Amino acid sequence: MADATEIIEADEKIEGDEKKGARRSFGAMLRATEIDTHFVGMVAALLVIWVGFHIMSGGTFLTARNLWNLSVQTSAVAIMATGMVLIIVSRNIDLSVGSMLATVGMAMALLQAEILPKWLGYDHWATWIIALILGMLLGAAIGGLQGFVVAYVGVPSFIVTLGGLLVWRGVAWWEASGRTIAPMDATFQLLGGLPRGRIGGVPSWIVGIVASVAFVAMLIVGRRRRLKYGFRLRPRWAEIVLGVFGCGAVLGAVAVINRYYMPENLARQFAEDHGIAWPEGGLHISLGIASPVLIAIGVGLALTFIATRVRFGRYVYAIGGNPEAAELAGINTRWTIVKSFALMGVLVALAAAVQVARLNAAVSGLGDGTELYVIAAAVIGGTSLLGGSGTISGAVLGALVMQSLQSGMVLMGVDAPIQQIVVGVVLVVAVAIDSIYRRRSTT
Amino acid sequence: MTVETTQQVPLVEMRDIRVAFGGVHAVDGVSIDLYPGEVVALVGGNGAGKTTLIKTLSGAHRADSGQIKVNGERVSITTPRDAKALGVETLYQTLALADNVDAPANMFLGRELMTRWGTLDDTAMEDATRKVMGRLNPVFENFKSPVNSLSGGQRQSVAIARAVHFNARILIMDEPSAALGPAETAEVAKLIMQLKEEGIGIFLISHDIHDVFDQADRIAVMLQGKLVGIVKKDDVTMDDVLAMIIIGKLPGEVTESELEDLRG
Repeated sequence: MADATEIIEADEKIEGDEKKGARRSFGAMLRATEIDTHFVGMVAALLVIWVGFHIMSGGTFLTARNLWNLSVQTSAVAIMATGMVLIIVSRNIDLSVGSMLATVGMAMALLQAEILPKWLGYDHWATWIIALILGMLLGAAIGGLQGFVVAYVGVPSFIVTLGGLLVWRGVAWWEASGRTIAPMDATFQLLGGLPRGRIGGVPSWIVGIVASVAFVAMLIVGRRRRLKYGFRLRPRWAEIVLGVFGCGAVLGAVAVINRYYMPENLARQFAEDHGIAWPEGGLHISLGIASPVLIAIGVGLALTFIATRVRFGRYVYAIGGNPEAAELAGINTRWTIVKSFALMGVLVALAAAVQVARLNAAVSGLGDGTELYVIAAAVIGGTSLLGGSGTISGAVLGALVMQSLQSGMVLMGVDAPIQQIVVGVVLVVAVAIDSIYRRRSTT
Repeated sequence: MTVETTQQVPLVEMRDIRVAFGGVHAVDGVSIDLYPGEVVALVGGNGAGKTTLIKTLSGAHRADSGQIKVNGERVSITTPRDAKALGVETLYQTLALADNVDAPANMFLGRELMTRWGTLDDTAMEDATRKVMGRLNPVFENFKSPVNSLSGGQRQSVAIARAVHFNARILIMDEPSAALGPAETAEVAKLIMQLKEEGIGIFLISHDIHDVFDQADRIAVMLQGKLVGIVKKDDVTMDDVLAMIIIGKLPGEVTESELEDLRG
């Protein structure tokens, strides 16, 4: 009986789609481009938030400087949110990321400020890379350990990582007996984006152009492959629209970022150092994309690749959809879960590096409460807590939405408690809208 | 159609298989074999142990004791992967599909086609799925949507496509028609005949005694974890098999009064 009604409903849906298609509505055109409607909705919401704050703050939100800061502030949460998507998709959760960030951040700080200098001396060229790699290994080990307990011992991930939340916070304190560790290695500091960790104007344009070319190449290769097998293609106009929007977004972002110039005092210093005469009207030196943003973009691309193009990602989604079926299909589900937690640990280490480098110090309270923002970013980005669905790009946008709300409210001078209330309400409302939308679209 | 069972090497020999859950013997010393091109139906009431027995062959559950031979060689099957490597494919009653991914992803789950760069070759997988579906269910078109948006029959054909695509030598079908309408059930019956002709051995678990008599060569009856007996379809009547299922007695052992009781 259930099947019969399903078929009828499906038929009705197809009929409905055809009717809409005949009118060539915006919805039908959107479907032709095969873009996730949730993604489009989030971009629209983000634009509303940005324009809203711009008007309410008297024109201070949509400035190069603010957007540049926004991009840097979003990075750490965005880096972790990408990994959280895979964790949640596989029907797990990781509550320990904030505490893990402190443990790993503290370890990297100790390495470069106290341990490595004994062997290498201060500001050795290899210090930053050794600290970063060991930090990532530590993150992988901690995540892997938690994943092992979840997958092989069978303790629910909520409990394992709730324990981790307490344990790793304690370990972070114990590592340096609660001291603040500073300063960081000079090269390591570049990872934080401040004060010198920006790639400059021209390299930023190069990054933007390379990204645009890669995007167009991806569209062309995808089309060729589908053509080769004789599959249905996107309409040509849809490919062009996608290409134009994609490249436009990338190059537009670079253009905005590059409008953020070096502050005048630094620029004057730069001019003196390089023997340039101070020009009339000031010297405009683009700072370019900040390194945390580059790391976040790289992580976003890497995780998208992992989630959609390799076996591990496919298995994570299959496990989230039906764990029993995944097991019966011969997938090593337990090992897959361990790997997903270890990957989360590596991403936490990267985020920790960004945070510690930016603060130029490590304290045991680092990342306190961050787990909630990371989970919220993934969920606002469309990841279902029931498992089985979620996208990396959505989570990155989710992180951007949350950070936009917070910076916007800071710009407007909203009190901290009210900021929390707003972010909390937005989280619930966003998920409510999404679940109502999903219910509508399936019936 | 009856296969001469004495000369060939059996495709599968299961000897004295035992599985216990806690103190309950779900499968209690069952021995059964299967020859190429043969359909052996496994019947019995709920909880008779059919599915558990078959799970020890498909790798979904480990036997506590007993041995399994495939093509005369003793094998150890501890995971579904082991079973698949031996050419044992299973069509589960629950279909065992990952509902959130599309048909090609389900068909190749655990055995994905890869590009030479080591990435998933989704286009090739879609192409292969289109070809298989072209034979099994030519009207099937939803290659891009998650299988939870498909109808029961379409989901079933995805599961069947997965079971037959990988050159199975032994096919286990657990209630293949449970979720299907009459037309689709007929399709499944046709498919079973076709696979039989290709020399594939099939274990068929079914509750429908008519299906069993239509399709099986031999019928194995289980009751409370034990094998009541294995009979050739042509040697017995439906009443004989019903008596085996319900009171656990072989034809000839059943008294007239017991038969009267059965007929109600």
